[in-house]
Amino acid sequence: MSDTAPATFRAATDESPLFRIVLTVIVLSLLVLLLFAPLVAVFYEALRKGWVTAVTSLADPEALAAIRLTLTVAAIAVPLNAMFGIAAAWLITKYDFRGKALLITLIDLPFSVSPVVVGLCIVLTFGANTWIGALLVQAGHPVVFALPGIVLASMIVTFPFVARELIPVMIEQGRAEEEAALTLGASGWRTFRTVTLPNIRWALLYGVLLCNARAMGEFGAVSVVSGKIRGQTATMPITIEMLYNEYLSVAAFALAAVLAFLAFVTLGLKTFLEIRHADALAAARRH
Amino acid sequence: MGKPLLHRSPIPGLGISAGITLTLLSLVVLLPIGALLAKGAVAGPERLWSEVNSARIWASLWLSFRLSFLAAAFNLVFGAALAWVLARYRFPGRRLIDAAVDLPFALPTAVAGIALTALYAPNGVFGAVARDWGVKIAYTPLGIFIALVFVGLPFVVRTVQPVIDEIEREVEEASATLGASRAHTIRHVILPMLAPAALTGFALALARAVGEYGSVIFIAGNLPMKTEIAPLLIVIKLEEFNYDGATAIGIAMLVISFLMLFVINAIQVWSRRRIGYV
Repeated sequence: MSDTAPATFRAATDESPLFRIVLTVIVLSLLVLLLFAPLVAVFYEALRKGWVTAVTSLADPEALAAIRLTLTVAAIAVPLNAMFGIAAAWLITKYDFRGKALLITLIDLPFSVSPVVVGLCIVLTFGANTWIGALLVQAGHPVVFALPGIVLASMIVTFPFVARELIPVMIEQGRAEEEAALTLGASGWRTFRTVTLPNIRWALLYGVLLCNARAMGEFGAVSVVSGKIRGQTATMPITIEMLYNEYLSVAAFALAAVLAFLAFVTLGLKTFLEIRHADALAAARRH
Repeated sequence: MGKPLLHRSPIPGLGISAGITLTLLSLVVLLPIGALLAKGAVAGPERLWSEVNSARIWASLWLSFRLSFLAAAFNLVFGAALAWVLARYRFPGRRLIDAAVDLPFALPTAVAGIALTALYAPNGVFGAVARDWGVKIAYTPLGIFIALVFVGLPFVVRTVQPVIDEIEREVEEASATLGASRAHTIRHVILPMLAPAALTGFALALARAVGEYGSVIFIAGNLPMKTEIAPLLIVIKLEEFNYDGATAIGIAMLVISFLMLFVINAIQVWSRRRIGYV
């Protein structure tokens, strides 16, 4: 406390202290009602009847099958989308060609399509009453109401995530470093591995994390194509819905808590990356 | 049209990156959406119109649109205020709250749906308080509104916050030096700078809300004509094996999405021309 400045001193670019406090309190109270309360509710409802009941409900064969299916779906969908994201970001940032804006719009398209419409599109493409679907069913590889459909649904919904994180970072990096490496005789693959990848790895990791969280939690698109066969095509979110509708509240919220925990880890890692590697990710926040 | 289709580049990998991008894009995005449009074309506009043109579907489209618009408008004000508080004010726990804003992006929609329902149902913590005041939240449009505010919140905050960070204090100081009150500066200097980003966030939140399913269906109650959202009707039509009906609603929603995408792009082009960045 300095006694040289009058108590009412404030910079001309600050709001009055009263205004600051009132605005902060209003905004934070709304945030508590909207964001923090639901999160607390998930864990509270899951542990309502004690740890033992919650953990036992997770050990149920159906819950275990759901967890296994969700992990399988993510293990297929996320690497494919990461590969797509890297390829698309490379194509968009390293070359100049006509139609680039259209390509970016098409890549972003799944963001603005309802998940349910995504599911509907899959049913209309690969459903048993379409010619592609009929062929695949005959060959013994049904898509709808089976694993491929669920993977495809999760892929479409999370399709743009990795590319969206990488493109701004790679634009900011420019092409000079890659061009220098190539001039010095490095192969294309080596240039990517030793020059590009170290520059984009944190943005890539964040894109993959977000893609993974959304792929594991996808509900709308998956619920249309999964058929909801217990123990077979019911992912974690679908199982949560079925348990909830059967009034098995603790079991539903226990499974929900596992997914909420995953969201926590995703956000925690994201915050950590942002603090540690603020420069590398700064470009991505300006999209 | 003087621009060549592709500028020659010394950087290798064009073939493989273009190959992977176009193959996956075609298989994963274009083929399924094309199938929806093809199905619509086969059925024909008259058939589609007769499927869409029922009181129940109009009611659901109107409900989805109205509530999405209201929720996005609420997020426009609340999100901009939150972005301002996070960018300009210092208080304990600011980092934690900044991180938590992204929660609706990371939390699965079904989890958000059952959690919000548990809170706002008549026997829930907030629902019970509201019931004592004679207000019902869950299983009414108000509940749907709350779920849509939840999913849309990060969009406005995350588009506005970086723009606030980039405002140069000198501009505000100049305004204050010229005798403007703080309120006048905010109204006439800061808000115009934030407007394009805030509108982009509004449009993104609106687009997301119109198609939202998981977080809404638990809290909505799903009464025909009253609390039935448009995406739910697609699910119902599919369960009835009415593919033409599902296609008709799906195409209606796709057209709405395209329009919004177009508006978002237009806002970004306009703001880039005006202030140089989005």
